[in-house]
Amino acid sequence: MPDFIIQATYFLGALLFILGLKQMSSPVTARRGIVWAGVGMVLATLITYFHHEINHNYILMTVAIAIGGIIAFVSGKKVAMTDMPQMIALYNGMGGGAAAAIAAVVLIQQQPMSMTVQTLAVVGALIGTVAFSGSLIAFFKLQGILKGVIRFPMQQWINALVFVITLTFGLAIILSGTQYEMSSLAIFFVLALVFGVLMTVPIGGADMPVVISLYNALTGLAVGFEGFVLENPAMMIAGIVVGSAGTLLTQLMAKAMNRPITNVLFSNFGDGGDGEAAEVSGSMKEIDSTDVAVMMAFAEKVIVIPGYGMAVAQAQHKVWELTKQLQERGVNVKFAIHPVAGRMPGHMNVLLAEAGVPYDIIYDLDEINDEFATTDVVLVIGANDVVNPAARTDANSPIYGMPILNADYAKNVIVVKRGKGAGFSGIENHLFFADNTRMLYGDGQAVASELVSNIKEL
Amino acid sequence: MEGFVALYIFMLAAVTGYEIISKVPVILHTPLMSGSNFIHGIVLVGAMVAMGHAETTTQTVIGFIAVLLAAGNAVGGYVVTERMLEMFKSSNDNKNNDKKEG
Repeated sequence: MPDFIIQATYFLGALLFILGLKQMSSPVTARRGIVWAGVGMVLATLITYFHHEINHNYILMTVAIAIGGIIAFVSGKKVAMTDMPQMIALYNGMGGGAAAAIAAVVLIQQQPMSMTVQTLAVVGALIGTVAFSGSLIAFFKLQGILKGVIRFPMQQWINALVFVITLTFGLAIILSGTQYEMSSLAIFFVLALVFGVLMTVPIGGADMPVVISLYNALTGLAVGFEGFVLENPAMMIAGIVVGSAGTLLTQLMAKAMNRPITNVLFSNFGDGGDGEAAEVSGSMKEIDSTDVAVMMAFAEKVIVIPGYGMAVAQAQHKVWELTKQLQERGVNVKFAIHPVAGRMPGHMNVLLAEAGVPYDIIYDLDEINDEFATTDVVLVIGANDVVNPAARTDANSPIYGMPILNADYAKNVIVVKRGKGAGFSGIENHLFFADNTRMLYGDGQAVASELVSNIKEL
Repeated sequence: MEGFVALYIFMLAAVTGYEIISKVPVILHTPLMSGSNFIHGIVLVGAMVAMGHAETTTQTVIGFIAVLLAAGNAVGGYVVTERMLEMFKSSNDNKNNDKKEG
């Protein structure tokens, strides 16, 4: 097949990726966007069978595609929406591993290439390998296979040392042209693998989304660099687009969580804030679900603030049922989503969408924060730190400065909570002790069902 | 490829990626991360080229692993992104569905 057709197909593929990604930036066209990108991928893959540099291994290649594709297809179809973050980490790690493996093949062949190209091959190999082992650790952590954070003395110095040695081997490979030993190439890859592991094990589960997003950007960059090495424009463009988009997405996530990216990577949660956190005054006041049902049914405006706890309790379907009931009674119901609700930004939207909640009654922090003052009832279900006013008022609190949903400005706040203790982060929530807050204890799903049946009887 | 052409491609692609994401609402961050994860599955074509001109058994084995991992990235990325985006519906969509069902 003439090279022209192959290049034209790659061009079309790259165009479809960019347009698809563009479409994915609006909920109305997002579905179409992924389909367009999918078409681009299929075209690019099929035309590669006719690539002039491929002269054998066709059957083995197809077998590899079938095995990898089928395993990923089945696991992707089966995974629960709550487990989405670790699945993305896993697929991302596979991409990083593939980029590193391409670099390995190229470097083992020791063909003469310009120093620029060789540098890109080595740097791409390093980034891809780190993204591979780092993403796998992220997957193991979120899946619960690897528990807790692993810290040891001098950890950051040891990480830095490993990194410097890895770079030294990489530099030696670049500078030696085609004269490097296979053993130093092997050591280079092993060190890069180890560095990815070392870099990820001390990071806590709450920060993991930012890390996954970072590794996603790194894989994109690695793919782009290997694209330069193979002179494949589709890989170059798609990889670099993802690399830069992923970097921005990582920054947005880190900003939403009020955790500078350097803090996520090089420090530990809870290190900030000197001195004792302010004592909380007042007491938690309990309420039962019949009173809450009346309060909500006769309200004009209700805002629901869901947190990951709601998804754990599988309460989102019942909450949507409750919402529909209230809407029928003429209550204006909105959902307020904090950027870090769920396990990564946007995760809660996916979980609500799964339950059938339309996206146009879901608002994010900036859109809805001014509305709380005119809201009759706020229902906080499964959320905790994201509504803690201490983030605004208590400079000693570890979450001080984090943007929060101003639930405390509403006339009435109902907090659905399983028990009285401090939440996941262990930070005392001042909202729970406020005068306008009532606590509704119980499992999220059970509470939501009770509210549904109580409102029905009104 | 000539150095400066490559540099131009690099710069323009980086700006494109940045511009596309900068206007994305938070509600789409997770699907978008997943979608961009799918797009770097294009590494599959590079993996196929690497395997297709492998000269030794070692190279073929590494190439095989590359193709397998890349196919997993592409297919898995597509499936989960599509599943997530499938669920995003507006109030109007819901009403239309209700009508169809009723």
